[in-house]
Formats: sequence, structure tokens, C-alpha cells
Amino acid sequence: MFSSSMRHASKSSKFCNHLKRFQSTLVIAEHNNEKLLPITQNAISAAAKVGGDISVLVVGTKCGSVAEQVSKAPGLARILVAENEAFHGFLPENVTPLVLATQKQFNFTHILAGASALSKSLLPRIAAKLDVSPVSDIIGIKSPDTFVRTIYAGNAILTLKSKDPVKVLTVRGTSFEPVLLEGGTTKTEMAPAGEYKTGLSQFLSQELSKNDRPELTGAKVVVSGGRGMKSGDNFKLLYDLADKLNAAVGASRAAVDAGFVPNDLQVGQTGKIVAPELYIAVGISGAIQHLAGMKDSKTIVAINKDPEAPIFQVADYGLVQDLFKAVPELTGKL
Amino acid sequence: MARVLVGVKRVIDYAVKIRVKPDKTAVVTDGVKHSMNPFDEIAIEEAVRLKEKKIAQEIVAVSCGPAQSQETLRTALAMGVDRGIHVEISGPEYDTLQPIHVSKILAKLAQEEKTDLIIVGKQAIDDDSNQTAQMTAALLGWPQGTFASKIEKQNDELQVTREIDGGLETIKIKLPAVISADLRLNEPRYATLPNIMKAKKKPIKKVSPKDLGVDTAARIEVLSVEDPPTRQAGVILPDVDQLIIKLKEGGHVP
Repeated sequence: MFSSSMRHASKSSKFCNHLKRFQSTLVIAEHNNEKLLPITQNAISAAAKVGGDISVLVVGTKCGSVAEQVSKAPGLARILVAENEAFHGFLPENVTPLVLATQKQFNFTHILAGASALSKSLLPRIAAKLDVSPVSDIIGIKSPDTFVRTIYAGNAILTLKSKDPVKVLTVRGTSFEPVLLEGGTTKTEMAPAGEYKTGLSQFLSQELSKNDRPELTGAKVVVSGGRGMKSGDNFKLLYDLADKLNAAVGASRAAVDAGFVPNDLQVGQTGKIVAPELYIAVGISGAIQHLAGMKDSKTIVAINKDPEAPIFQVADYGLVQDLFKAVPELTGKL
Repeated sequence: MARVLVGVKRVIDYAVKIRVKPDKTAVVTDGVKHSMNPFDEIAIEEAVRLKEKKIAQEIVAVSCGPAQSQETLRTALAMGVDRGIHVEISGPEYDTLQPIHVSKILAKLAQEEKTDLIIVGKQAIDDDSNQTAQMTAALLGWPQGTFASKIEKQNDELQVTREIDGGLETIKIKLPAVISADLRLNEPRYATLPNIMKAKKKPIKKVSPKDLGVDTAARIEVLSVEDPPTRQAGVILPDVDQLIIKLKEGGHVP
């Protein structure tokens, strides 16, 4: 059903490559039906790098306040709103047909979202329906068809040219400055209406970790603990330090697997990617997989009693000390 | 549930420090230790557990790649998979093989093999794409349970607990379905020597993408593969006071 429009897009893409103004990007906003999640601001800024029109799609069961927040972003061409009970839990089975209907109406050259758990689940599904190869977790946009991403846990940088007529992209939040939500006055429009409830899947419940600290991926300071913490109770030492620094708390896979902390704190290749101003790694050896998630941090501090720990190879400042002595001392003196 | 299809990928071993080729075209793979993608081991373990619980009757493992992918399939067979399908793809065709191609192959095989459930790892640790399960589900029009940390069968549905950014969520999906395994779904077993011996007798069917009617034409052009920027060497500080001085100098603490 998309073949005719895609053929058209493919023919015109040759001209588009050098004329950025003919690009048009759809950004899929991420939110919790109340607040826009910050990664969408990074995604909008990535869309601006592509050039051309930017549209934002707000989909959910309650979109009013989120659409209003998005409308303040500068320079948007349009904001499309799809409010429907079918989008309860943002199930990809139900959101995909909406995005396809939107794509059919507007023929975007790029469909883009922040590389969050939700988008990682949704965008490849959309891409497959469009018969295009998505590009995951990009860290750079060289031109409308040339993207930079990491492979092998961040140990190699791949620059690739996509040959597909529509580029479906997830963007690494930490690689693009967030747009400020001010100055914009874009009006909202209705996204294409349709019957989007597929019945294939059903959202049952969520169990979200609650804490008052800054969100891990957006925090300016992150304090992370690893196997060296020895127990979940000992993480209190890190929470105390984090409170002093207004920091988020993260963890290595070892700490999550050992049950010290919940999985959503995991920093690394398969967890969250962070790039704060300051990253303090406590009792973390620094396996390749962990470094993948934090080595773009501006300043890295490692506290570890093993002087041979690989974390010291990426740390700006290392402290070879017992964390149970050093961390309380640091907290006390701050 | 009659049949589970599991996708497995042969990748450079997770503990290897990779090297980029001097001509910046790719990563060095010759003579480098390879093993099964860790997430795929978890996918297999889950399938085998479903069989042990008599929920699944047969497990078929599929690997797309060069001749050596058969070793990866043998590992899967030794873990309890019943038979393997090797979709042979090598050379430049393999270099630009993307999840979209693999998904088309898996979707085709799922239909041919009358599969009720596909389980794959959430991502391969080489390309880090995290796309195959989602795309396979889309091509088949099946629901998806990505980043699964727990799955339970209830009648004709699966209850899947998923690892999401803020914690966990639980969904229910209709069968047939596609699952992608997260790290905490299970602890994969080691293949025992007798099972490794038995695995040698289990069948592996060899097919080509062409046999399946899947076009593997390149969707991307690799422009370069480079080393990431290296960080400047840091310093080891003698005590906490020195650390605080450095943090103050950097403006991290007032």
C-alpha cells in the first residue's frame, strides 16, 4: 500500500540530498500522558540537523498538556495529536498503524525518535512495515542520508549511508543538545483518525522505580556502584553521596544481576547510555560493556581498591582506596 | 505450542577487545575468537525451558551467516535445540546484512515451519542494532514482547514482563508472537560433553536467502569504521582531599 509513494520518494531523494529544505522529519514524542520526556527535546534537535520541516507526533491516551509543552519548541512545522484509548501503554502494535497512516498522508523523508526503551521497541516495527532498514542510536548526522553510530559496545564508530527512501532513526539523547521549549507557537492538528486497536497485545501494569533523584540519562552528575558495593544495603553510601551532589545513581550489570539495585539503573551497552558532566564509578571494574555506557562523560572519577582495574584507564581522577572508607569520607567533606 | 524458532548469531566474543582495520573499512574478524551472541544464549535457554515444561514440542534454531555459523548452531543444539537451519550468507553480502534481511528470513522460515513463537536476543553485541525481533513481528503481523525478563504462557497468550527505562512493565500478547530476550530472562546452561556429542548427530539444514525468496541487497553503504576518540590519561590521587580539590577546580562542586 505504500509502494507508489515510496517509489516517488526514492526518485526524489537524489535531489533532496543536496537540498536540505526538501527534507521533512517526523519526530515521535515520548511522554507519560502528563509530561514530555526530555529525550524528545534531544530528538527534535537531531531533526533540526537533518534540515527541513519538523513535525512532532504526540500519541497517547491524554495528549493535551504534552502537546502544549511541545508547541513551545521553536520552528516546528506542525504538531499532530492522536489521543485514543488504543494507545494505552503505547503498545507498538497499535502505535505502528497510526505512524503508517501519518506517513501515508505526509510522506516524511525521516521518522525519528530518541533511543529510549519505547522507541527501540517501536521504530524497527515501523521500519519493517515501510520495508526500510532502520538506523539505531545514531550519535551524528553528517547529511540527510549519512549517519554516525557506534558498534561493538562503543569500541568502533561506523559512518554509514542509508540507501532507503525513508530514514527511520533512533538518536542517542546524550549526543544532541536538547532544544529549549520556548519561543514556539505551533498549533496542534489532529493526526489521521483510524481504528488503531489491533487486539494483538494488551498493557497490564507498570512497576516503576520511585526516587526523587534526577533522571539517570539527563543528570549532570551520576554516581554508580558495582560489584564492589557487596550488597544492596551498602548502596545507601552512594545515595548519601548522590544527595550531596544532586546526582542520579547508576549501577553496573554486576550490581543489578546480584540484586543490589533494580535493572533500570544499569549503565552500559545494554542498559542506559549516560554522558554527564561528572561520573563517579565506585567499586566498578570497568568492563567493556560498562564503559560503553559512560565513557563519553566529561569527567570520570574512579574509586576502586584494585589499582589494575580497567576503569582507571578511562578515569580522569582515580582513587585507589577501599570504597567503604573513601565514599563516607568524600560525602562528609562535601 | 508446537514449535519455537530461535535466532542465533555468531559474533566476536564479548570479552575480546576489538580492533579496527587500518583501512577503516571494518573491524578485524579473522583469527579473532567468536562465540554465540550472549542474548541468543538466553533466548535458547528460554526455549529449552519451555520444552522442558512441555509447553513447546520442538525447538528450531536459525543462524544467518558464513560457514562458521554452523558452529554456533551446534552450540545451540548442544543446549537442547532439536534441529538447526543454516541460512548461508558470506562475503560482501554478509558485510552489509542488516536486521531487516534477517527478519525477512526469520519471518519466512516461521511460516514454512509453522512456528508459534520466535525468540531472539534483544540485540547482537556486534552491531548493537536491537531491531530483529521488532521487525520480524512486524513482517508477520504478530505482537512483540521486547526486552523480556519473564514470560509465562496463559492459554493462547503470553504474559511478558519487560525491562523498560523506568522499571518493569507487564503486557499480554496473543500467540503467535515474537519475544526478544533481555539479560535477566534466565541464566543459560552450559552444554555438557554428552550433549555436545549428541548435538553432532542432530540435523542442520542448509538453505540460501534465494531459496527463501529473500532479497539481501545492501540497504546501507559503509563509509568508514573508525576507532572512538581516546580519553587523555588521568591521574591517581593520593587521598579524598585531593579529589575534592580537583572536583572544585572542575566546577563540579562549589
